[in-house]
Amino acid sequence: MAEKRVTFKKSTIAWLLVAPQLAITLVFFIWPASQALYQSLWQEDAFGLNRDFVWFDNFSRLFDDPSYQHSLIVTIIFSLSTAATAICFALLLACKADKLMRGSQTYKTLLIWPYAIAPAVAGALWWFMFNPTVGILAYIARGLGYDWNHFLNGDDALILVILASAWKQISYNFLFFLAGLQSIPKSLIEAAAIDGASSTKRFWTIIFPLLSPTTFFLLVVNCVYAFFDTFAVIHATTRGGPSQATQTLIYKVYKDGVEGNDWSSAGAQSVVLMIIVCLLTVIQFRFIERRVHY
Amino acid sequence: MVENRPISRYIAHGILIIGVVITFLPIWLAFVASTHPVDRLLNDQMPFWPGDQLLENYGTVLSEGMKKAGGVPVGTMMLNSLIMALAIAIGKIFISFLSAFAIVYFRFPFRRTIFWMIFITLMLPVEVRILPTFEIVANLGMLNSYGGLIIPLIASATATFLFRQFFLTVPDELLEAARIDGAGPMRFLKDILLPLSRTSIAALFVIQFIYGWNQFLWPLLVTTDQSLYTIVMGIRSMITVGDSEPTWHLIMATVILAMLPPVLVVMLMQRQFVKGLVETEK
Repeated sequence: MAEKRVTFKKSTIAWLLVAPQLAITLVFFIWPASQALYQSLWQEDAFGLNRDFVWFDNFSRLFDDPSYQHSLIVTIIFSLSTAATAICFALLLACKADKLMRGSQTYKTLLIWPYAIAPAVAGALWWFMFNPTVGILAYIARGLGYDWNHFLNGDDALILVILASAWKQISYNFLFFLAGLQSIPKSLIEAAAIDGASSTKRFWTIIFPLLSPTTFFLLVVNCVYAFFDTFAVIHATTRGGPSQATQTLIYKVYKDGVEGNDWSSAGAQSVVLMIIVCLLTVIQFRFIERRVHY
Repeated sequence: MVENRPISRYIAHGILIIGVVITFLPIWLAFVASTHPVDRLLNDQMPFWPGDQLLENYGTVLSEGMKKAGGVPVGTMMLNSLIMALAIAIGKIFISFLSAFAIVYFRFPFRRTIFWMIFITLMLPVEVRILPTFEIVANLGMLNSYGGLIIPLIASATATFLFRQFFLTVPDELLEAARIDGAGPMRFLKDILLPLSRTSIAALFVIQFIYGWNQFLWPLLVTTDQSLYTIVMGIRSMITVGDSEPTWHLIMATVILAMLPPVLVVMLMQRQFVKGLVETEK
């Protein structure tokens, strides 16, 4: 931890200064998180009168539950597809924008603003475009001979939420890829071009490896986004359906805890999610030193 | 030299234009839908150009809201969202600035413990700790209040870190000079650190305003009182309104209104936005 050489001595003032942040952190972060950890080791009866210490029973029951396993698989498919779609598309656009001598700034302005759109709003927009009665994309799909209906077909619903989530995330990835590309020394590319490397070859042997720290960082960030922030996309549109086809882990916590009132299971699920975020954050921090600097 | 053929430039422009079209198409369609009467949307093929109902539709949602969805005027919801977004952005910046100042410029017992305690909150997004946090907010009697909407979201490890990193780059000579001139810690904070941090504060404000405006799950849990609904969560109750076909023209007008303020902030403060985005992820 880096330190200042010159400091103030009065520790009363220091305590007063950290007090607001400390109080909020303790009351709304540390306390609830430890409550969740503690409660996940107990089993309450249906009336909330008795409870027993059950060690990790809640967790083993959770992982034996087929609907939890299903939701785990849905989450993995959903997150990887969302991250892959958003990253590939953003990388393509950033490479093209980086190539241009003029106009790349204009394209940047035109491409980055969807970051400001709420996930729930993004969901509503795609929900409308794919609506079987009024949606233009559903109409096009019918024209191509595919009967699109996300109310009945689980795969359609999953594709819908993946597209809506990825669409919103492209702007973010684009910005980081463009910054990464612009930090690659032009002399490297020129040297390779003089040696006769084609533009495809230059991309795979020079640009892509140099960009890999950015790509890795974005992969983690996109997974976190797909795991947690997309709750709003799903809740505003498919609500986990049809028949749990879009029920991700975070949606299941909400559904079991808030709508189903099954607190001990939802508590254990929250703990599993916390562990997943911790792992992702640790991975991100471990690799942060290897990242390019902007 | 790298070859610079016109053809590859045209391809680059072509791909970027497709990207821009994909970015804009959903918004364009939503805007078009919000300017037509609802029969036009349901009976015919979806139009591609705006209709003539713009003022009527937006007037209806702003003042009356949607009857079937409880009829909360969108104007009220936007005001709630604005209060929430501003309070979260300003509150976060305020308490993070103070705590970062204390952690960097003071030596006091448990300093490191506090630092790490703030640090681990980075790993607990709202979505993960919804249920236990909800219980606590309920026990404190903060449901259905602005306090309950805002305060639990105000602690931010990211902002604290950003300020900490920035303070560490401020030369020590400034503090020494201020001390020789007889300035105490609060004077130093107000007259030297605050002016120096202006650009960081602006960058953080943009990011945190968007964060606050776009909150969905938290308002959904904390508010049951319709007069406290925020616009982003209000959209959901409009879409899923029973079995009848949703009134798309009003929903899309609300969607456009819901995205307008954060998009404007990003457009108008683009430089600060890019800076904030890149720095908060460091």
